[in-house]
Amino acid sequence: MSETGQQRPPQRRSWGSRLVVLVPALWLAAFFLVPFLIVLKISLSQTAIAQPPYLPVLDLAAGWQGFREFIAGLSLESYAMLASDSLYLASYLRSLEIAALSTMMLLLVGYPIAYGIARAPRRAQTVLVMLIVLPFLTAFLIRIYAWINILQRDGLLNDMLLALGLVREPLTWLSTDTAIYIGIVYSYLPFMVLPLYASLERMDETLLEAAADLGCPWWKAFWLVTVPLSLPGVIAGALLCFIPIAGEFVIPDLLGGSDTLMIGQTLWTEFFANKDWPVASAVAVALLLILLVPIVIYQHLQMRALEDR
Amino acid sequence: MARDGTGNETLGGARASFAPWTDPAARPLVRFEAVAKRFGVVPAVDRLSLDIYEGEFFALLGPSGCGKTTLLRLLAGFERPSEGRILLDGQDIADVPPHHRPVNMMFQSYALFPHLTVAGNVAFGLKQEGLPKAEIDARIAEMLALVKLEGFEQRKPHQLSGGQRQRVALARALAKRPRVFLLDEPLAALDRKLREDTRFELTDLQDKLGLTFIIVTHDQEEAMTVADRIGVMSRGQLVQVSTPSELYEQPNSRWVADFIGDVNLIEGRVASTGPQGTEIKGEAGGRLRAAQTVDVPLGTLVWVAVRPEKVSIAAETPSMTTENGFAGTVLDIGYLGGVSIYKVKLDNGLIMKAAVANRTRLVERPIGSGDRVSLSWEPTASVVLTR
Repeated sequence: MSETGQQRPPQRRSWGSRLVVLVPALWLAAFFLVPFLIVLKISLSQTAIAQPPYLPVLDLAAGWQGFREFIAGLSLESYAMLASDSLYLASYLRSLEIAALSTMMLLLVGYPIAYGIARAPRRAQTVLVMLIVLPFLTAFLIRIYAWINILQRDGLLNDMLLALGLVREPLTWLSTDTAIYIGIVYSYLPFMVLPLYASLERMDETLLEAAADLGCPWWKAFWLVTVPLSLPGVIAGALLCFIPIAGEFVIPDLLGGSDTLMIGQTLWTEFFANKDWPVASAVAVALLLILLVPIVIYQHLQMRALEDR
Repeated sequence: MARDGTGNETLGGARASFAPWTDPAARPLVRFEAVAKRFGVVPAVDRLSLDIYEGEFFALLGPSGCGKTTLLRLLAGFERPSEGRILLDGQDIADVPPHHRPVNMMFQSYALFPHLTVAGNVAFGLKQEGLPKAEIDARIAEMLALVKLEGFEQRKPHQLSGGQRQRVALARALAKRPRVFLLDEPLAALDRKLREDTRFELTDLQDKLGLTFIIVTHDQEEAMTVADRIGVMSRGQLVQVSTPSELYEQPNSRWVADFIGDVNLIEGRVASTGPQGTEIKGEAGGRLRAAQTVDVPLGTLVWVAVRPEKVSIAAETPSMTTENGFAGTVLDIGYLGGVSIYKVKLDNGLIMKAAVANRTRLVERPIGSGDRVSLSWEPTASVVLTR
């Protein structure tokens, strides 16, 4: 039908609507763009035993001459360093691997939870969502420390396994990859469950009846109807988890072993131990560029979904 | 339609020659046997029995909450009966899950899959049968032609108007070639004009396909236009199952008479009954006559039902009330375009309505508010109701 057609008359923007866009734009400029430019600048500098610990520093008092010296002082040395030492590449790959694997685990754990909440009676849903968010009321660091207690050799987990007779000797949990995955899945679960719940809760249940009516058994209807309709939630949840997990520092540092270096830890070491601000900044900029890829893909998918509408 | 005055006559349905329910040898396609469905302790369907025949267009009509949709969902398999049996082709289908029943439903909300195109929606049920792709494509084309949606194959449901969506839902369910096609308030979401057109399309479709249709509706006009028979439901029970004209002309209770169309009800007691008809003495005075015979003792309290359009109104006042004749004063006139409804307060205190077709352009009505008038009707127009 023509009235549902694609073309809408061009709208004249009023001052009010421009102002509405301006506020978040200014916010992003002040708290994202400017800090990013500073980090980018530092990544192009060189280390120096000085205050701040890098060169060159823009000297505005020196005027045009100062600015030219400043530009001439910038170099790509830190990035060359990233490329030359395999430690950095290994950390990046390790981070992406852990992020990808744990995002998949989160999806496997989070989907049934979100599905269960979405199918629960209305009044119970509010309570269940509250329970999912509740751990956030405790500080993140404290919750991770609690996991150290649970996972250590004489911790709760081993006590339980021994009591149940599942193992004879206490197992080593702490300082292993398993501990990292446990910590990440535990910490990021709400970020997966909430978007999934939002998309599953919106789904019209008569669609499943319609599928059954058309000869589709319920388990098949789940794959043919429920999963495709919850895809926006899956993508949102996966991105909300994948991106911060890739840059995670606290969990691998506290729960993981010394042999596992995620990029967050590498960055930390460069910044605080080696006091190499330019390389640390380069690590951060490169991480941002890597994470930009899934974000751009997501944007692209969203635009397509919007055009479809 | 012919009335022989016995009260047992069968009046024609939508199709004059189609009446398997009058044939005692005919085997019903769908049979509800004392089916009850309770949600908690509240019965939605209360020990209901009903036979529906192959090729029939059956309407379940009733106010909201009467259990008509539950009855449909029981047949589709979304609900299990608490009691009783549902037979399809003589087989109890209690243990057949919905996806194995040769029954398809068109949902009130249409329940189109938003992530699939029109073609994808129609193909959904066919793919479950594992049909070859060529046949699925052929069936999609056939169905979309049937509902006049050619060229819309690649549209998504949200790109369609309400009427188009309704037709996709129709095509999707009919593509399965069901033994019984269930329609849950199929026209409720359409606007009035579209609804009227679609009614005729539905009867056309049913005629063309020869399938058994069961429609659920709360709109009596809709049920009357499309159905061969109508089952009127109230509180989980069938109050009357009849052809549309029988339902209107020979309702079996005050409730049905009042639910289907407009009616005047006059209380009275049977004074005499016999082959010449029944005479009733009005409780508020006056004598009433009906052409039919009733099988109740003399003196029983009954109600005479008269449809407003069967009541004649005249300006002159007769000197005395006669059989089926009453004098009164016009209270108020409702002009509805095609007809005018006269509300008359009779001298005995009752209020009656008379509907008069406006055959000429009325510049000035011959009868006005406050005028003295007389109302009368033929004995054949009276229906004696005992409950």
